[in-house]
Amino acid sequence: MRYSLLKIIKEGLTGNKGWRPIWRNPEPKKKYDVIIIGGGGHGLSTAYYLSNVYGINNVAVLEKGWIGSGNIGRNTTIIRSNYMLPGNEPFYELSLKLWEGLEQDFNYNAMISQRGIINLFHSDGQRDAYARRGNAMLLEGADAELLDEESVRDICPFLDFNNARFPIKGGLMQKRGGTVRHDAVAWGYARGADNKGVDIIQNCEVTGFKIVNGVCRGVETNLGPISANKIASCAAGSSSRVMSLAGIKLPIESHVLQAFVSEGLKPILPNVITFGAGHFYVSQSDKGGLVFGGDIDGYNSYAQRGNLPVVEDVCEGGMALMPFIGRAKLLRMWGGVMDMSMDGSPFIDKTHIQGLYFNGGWCYGGFKATPASGLCYAHLLATDEPHEVAKELTLDRFIHGKIIDEKGVGAQPNLH
Amino acid sequence: MVINHPLLGPRDASEFVYLGDASLMDRPNWLDKDAGQKFYKYQYLRDNPHLEHKELWFHEQGDRSWLIVTRNISTHEILTVELAKKFFDKGV
Amino acid sequence: MNKLNPIEDNIIQKNQSKQTPAKLELNNHQINRLKSGKILNNKKISFKFNEEKLQGYEGDTLSSALLANNKIVVGRSFKYHRPRGIFSAGTEEPNALLEIGKNEYQEPNVKATTIKLFEGLESRSQNHLGSLNFDLLAINDFLHPFLSAGFYYKTFMWPKSFWEKFYEPAIRRAAGLGSLSGMPDPSTYDKGFLHCDVLIVGGGPAGLSAALEAGRANLKVIIADDDFLFGGRLNSENFIIDDQIGSEWSKKSVEELSNMSNVRIMPRTSIYGSFDHGIFGGLEIKYDNYIDQIGKPRQILWKIYTKFAIICTGSTERSIAFGNNDRPGIMLSGAIRSYVNRWSVCPGKNVVIFTNNDDGWRTAQDLKNKNINIKAIIDSRKNINLNDKEIPIFKNTSIIDTSGRKQISSVTLSSGEVLKCDCLGVSGGWNPNVHLTCHQRGKPIWEKSINAFIPGKTPSNMLVAGTAAGLLQLGENLKSGHTKAQQVILSLGFKCSSSTPPKAENESANNSSFWHVGASKKRSWVDLQNDVTTKDIKISYEEGFRSVEHLKRYSTLGMATDQGKTSNILGLAVLAEYSGKSIPDTGTTIFRPPYNPVPIGAFAGRSRGKEFKPVRLTPSHKEAENLSATFVEAGLWLRAQWYPLKGETHWRESVDREVIQTRKSVGVCDVTTLGKIDIQGQDAAEFLDCVYTNGFSKLDVGKVRYGLMLREDGMVMDDGTTARFDLNHFVMTTTTANAVNVFRHLEFCRQCLYPNLDVHLISATEQWAQFAVAGPNSRKLLEKIIDKEYDISNLNFPYMGCKKITVCNNIPARLFRISFSGELAYEIAVPSRYGNSMFKVLMDAGSEFNVVAYGTEALGVMRIEKGHAAGNELNGQTTAQNLGLEKMMSKKKDFVGNILAKRSELNKESIVKLVGFKPVNKEIELKAGAHFISLGKETCTKNDEGWMSSVAFSPSLNHSIGLGFIKNGNNRIGEIVNAVDPLRKSNVEVEIVSPHFLDPEGERLRE
Repeated sequence: MRYSLLKIIKEGLTGNKGWRPIWRNPEPKKKYDVIIIGGGGHGLSTAYYLSNVYGINNVAVLEKGWIGSGNIGRNTTIIRSNYMLPGNEPFYELSLKLWEGLEQDFNYNAMISQRGIINLFHSDGQRDAYARRGNAMLLEGADAELLDEESVRDICPFLDFNNARFPIKGGLMQKRGGTVRHDAVAWGYARGADNKGVDIIQNCEVTGFKIVNGVCRGVETNLGPISANKIASCAAGSSSRVMSLAGIKLPIESHVLQAFVSEGLKPILPNVITFGAGHFYVSQSDKGGLVFGGDIDGYNSYAQRGNLPVVEDVCEGGMALMPFIGRAKLLRMWGGVMDMSMDGSPFIDKTHIQGLYFNGGWCYGGFKATPASGLCYAHLLATDEPHEVAKELTLDRFIHGKIIDEKGVGAQPNLH
Repeated sequence: MVINHPLLGPRDASEFVYLGDASLMDRPNWLDKDAGQKFYKYQYLRDNPHLEHKELWFHEQGDRSWLIVTRNISTHEILTVELAKKFFDKGV
Repeated sequence: MNKLNPIEDNIIQKNQSKQTPAKLELNNHQINRLKSGKILNNKKISFKFNEEKLQGYEGDTLSSALLANNKIVVGRSFKYHRPRGIFSAGTEEPNALLEIGKNEYQEPNVKATTIKLFEGLESRSQNHLGSLNFDLLAINDFLHPFLSAGFYYKTFMWPKSFWEKFYEPAIRRAAGLGSLSGMPDPSTYDKGFLHCDVLIVGGGPAGLSAALEAGRANLKVIIADDDFLFGGRLNSENFIIDDQIGSEWSKKSVEELSNMSNVRIMPRTSIYGSFDHGIFGGLEIKYDNYIDQIGKPRQILWKIYTKFAIICTGSTERSIAFGNNDRPGIMLSGAIRSYVNRWSVCPGKNVVIFTNNDDGWRTAQDLKNKNINIKAIIDSRKNINLNDKEIPIFKNTSIIDTSGRKQISSVTLSSGEVLKCDCLGVSGGWNPNVHLTCHQRGKPIWEKSINAFIPGKTPSNMLVAGTAAGLLQLGENLKSGHTKAQQVILSLGFKCSSSTPPKAENESANNSSFWHVGASKKRSWVDLQNDVTTKDIKISYEEGFRSVEHLKRYSTLGMATDQGKTSNILGLAVLAEYSGKSIPDTGTTIFRPPYNPVPIGAFAGRSRGKEFKPVRLTPSHKEAENLSATFVEAGLWLRAQWYPLKGETHWRESVDREVIQTRKSVGVCDVTTLGKIDIQGQDAAEFLDCVYTNGFSKLDVGKVRYGLMLREDGMVMDDGTTARFDLNHFVMTTTTANAVNVFRHLEFCRQCLYPNLDVHLISATEQWAQFAVAGPNSRKLLEKIIDKEYDISNLNFPYMGCKKITVCNNIPARLFRISFSGELAYEIAVPSRYGNSMFKVLMDAGSEFNVVAYGTEALGVMRIEKGHAAGNELNGQTTAQNLGLEKMMSKKKDFVGNILAKRSELNKESIVKLVGFKPVNKEIELKAGAHFISLGKETCTKNDEGWMSSVAFSPSLNHSIGLGFIKNGNNRIGEIVNAVDPLRKSNVEVEIVSPHFLDPEGERLRE
């Protein structure tokens, strides 16, 4: 079913009776060409690009709960490509370009809103690092602007310029950055993949792998065994659990990241802003809520919830940066399980087990990567060769020292 | 969270700084033949279990002791807390 | 039909069927106020609603006062902008969201039902374009067939550019609810910590019963309730407890508790969240009246640490979905009882009750007792024994539609009969408030007998009592509070009191599983605030959003400011009906904190503005102020950046002068901020060997050595000098930025990696004030102030020496002959309390040499001239190899980072190396952050060879210089490359040079 204004009018006039499920709920087949473990954003986008770009339609997405129940459904919706290192920037820039055409591509309004993102800086050292980053972005063909204090003041006059503990000296702006309605991304990809015949199977948990002579030939699930030529793990925060079933230990720790939303407010924030002297970033959703977050809680967790110290830390950052939000009320706080990698950068790679592939380590930045992650993973699954922009996202990079550490904090996941 | 410090009693977790898996105490020997591989595994690979996890916390806003906390990662329930140094002495 | 007396007599003044704009300046009609009731004896309070002056009584909430004044329409709904009235009497309110306060005090989305009325309160309706009564956006209501669940995902995509330019801004303006003022929040918020044996959440019958028992047993008790009046539903009912009316019993109970020193009673304190290990978050409202609160906290955010918690949070009534069930005048039946019994306000004069359980009948009874006209009771149940001779009863009947745009005027029954009314009370049963039991991912379980979810497994120290536990009848409710308290008492090893639980009858509480009126053809609301109807749920289901979480996200059910308190379970039941599954199989969404919304300002407390983070001042701060220094934030420190002299108008003038004068004669700089770690023990030297790449065990006593420290992954962590004062005593310095991290790392090494070494560490950063004294005249200057017995001649105190000395007549000091500037230089440390005068003494003694004080900028310039790496180079991404320090990595011993630093990719010839850069055209200023591209190559990622990390104008060389990393840089000295900076639209040809721009052989250091 193609969505259009006309369709809405027609349905509206006939009692909205003609809407059909946007994905089927099929029973699993015995065998597929590709099984994707994890019906989150990346798993669904992988299925979408496999079927829509690489022509591989005999695909199942296995989701232990309901699709989109992981981090695609609980993030702060920001998209951007403001990375510094050559192992990352081309990948994220491709992702941003895919975002830009996504809605027309999958005929679903994910409310992609390129409202611009500003990373504020508060010292000369930060400015220099942002300049290096901005130039890396421009070298890759992305957009970036270095703003001085006056320019930031023009765009965001509501920030605290007069009484700040750490005065705002400027910011790095990416105008093409912005926000997306996160759940809709999962649904749009699911719909697009389902249209091409991909089986999206919910409430199907992988409980083991069928590995024969070093070759992975299928999975065990609570719905019985399913065979496949290629099995692609895409389980984000649960990556370690899934891959341990194949005896693989990962360079990943699972951590909790909290996110927050305020009650609905009339428009007051035009863009996405990140504070450079505290842990706080914020945007305003189309519904009017301030969507904000900060640092991860800092300890390993699979609990999808956090604790108060980070809530306070984030709100302190918010009040330091924009004290007019004091009377806005925090409506809801929640947590997601982050697959924090050892250098803060992700993996899209084969494993040493033939037929078993891995996608993970997205830390708290996986949402913006959703399109490129799916495309590059699909490319790898279809061709057995890494996509040009994902060549450095290998699992064994730490053995050789080819580290992609944007923050420079080393092999300590909770600092990334 | 509240961590029951073996010397100081219950303390809010915000007094502590977290490092990670307690296996970081088991630093390999640099002279081993495959020291490169061992150090790679030591530094980069994690069990990342979803239930019991032995982990290192530093009482930075307190007595500066490193503690080994055994915690259920899915419920955050803390099972035991020991001084890292003492832990080491026991040869566990 | 109805033969009861009309109610005119009982209402102060005859009701008006329509809202009329006030003609009088003060409208004190309170036309819906009953003639009798305790509240009428209270002080009168004036307030404003939409600029109209109104009056209420002390003890009113804003909603009871608005109802008393017959304000029926108080807001507009989120999507369809339908007129809406007050729906509830508590925190579950979905409709009556107002803006209160003015200017910077303006607060949006305030639930009128939770605001204690205060003198001068200003309130306004929100979310309308035009006036409350004529909202232009109400057009959405007529377009509703096209605005069903998820419509926006299917359109607004063409043309592509229109979303951001046109559709989205329009949607944003229409959405949102109230407005922020845009001005900084003027209020103060405090934070506090409380500790207790048992926290009792909720001051209703179960909570009070529990608190009495726990208090009598001498436990340390905290009892909190978000209401300003304890008693919970007892204030809204006419129940009898221990032979007295419930509200009297609760008053007396509170009195008894107030006399116990071990009990803390916290009214107006909302326990908003339950966190790990017995930590609860509470928000206490201290002041409403904006004018009076200056200097005092408006609210306090409490963190409560408790051994046990008894959750007595009561229950919330739910609605029933039927056609046009959202009209003003339609309220929860229990809320009507609250308004009548507690506040002596009746929201109507002809009231219809629609119920699926016995509770609706209680409302009818209470209203009848007040001589308020009950038009009819509509009960969806077929077989019930209840009856009332004076009230028309419609059994096995439901309401299928209502009319009246701004106030309900009639209901249409399933029988087709139409009844006129001006108020409709709806009771769909009661949901236990299980939220706090679920904040740690506890799952509630379905209890068939009450058709509601009750708490499932809770943390072991959390108990639940009263209606929150599903005990909806008062007798068992009171008993459960008492019993749970006794459980806690025994667990803590205390003795229970001999008292028996308070006694009350168990009222009738039969209920049924009836959720929505299927026969209704009209839109039936489930979530009033977000405008989610049963049809939206149906569409969501049909489009495949069958998980309850999908439903919530697709239809926005339960995502409004009331967090679905009245709508979630109803929505779930409707979904279960469509899917043919049972409600427990359908499952609930996850309950997330906070239970009630909490202002962001309260979470931030006093950490805002200049107090966002503590400020660390250097010991010489005062003297630096006297010298008119400009200060800069360096982490938490404030450091002198430069010291302008009179007449200097540009910072460069000051900095250039400071550099030139230091290099020519002598300069003084406060370097206290560098981390100082005192290291002692028999194995101190061996310990240093473990943590530094280079060896320290052979360092002579009285000597200093530069040390390089790696992380285990082989990246440089920090660098600094370490001095050996004694065989077993070292003093290490770290960079300012890494002082805390390095200390933590060393403690990790000491306790976790090398526990057998006899070594102890202490941070002495704050204990010693330290000054760099640099320049050719530095020795001469120091000789003037150190005590005579100490010889610091080049011969007896050569480069890299250290010793303990005394200065200015026996003040203990430490002297190091080390240099960051590249000049003959020293660092001298004295106990911090002498720091300010030390700085002054140095400046005074130096006057004959025209000494300068220099700040961080000059420090930075001089280190760049010398090619020393600092923060921009030691950014955690660089190895010793990158910095050209690979020779410092000992091959004879192990050290942290040793093995992983040897990895192949970190040792390739093509790795970037730290080198110096000079502009080919000396006039041009270099920029840090530029990237290096070989001449003639295209500017793109592929050709990126490195970056400029630090730049400065060198007054010594009289041109701009830079440090940076470029591939294979040490082998490319003399090559010209482009430093491209498209961000600032520049492209400069630079020559790769040695990073040591001045005195490359270091001769000055040793003079």
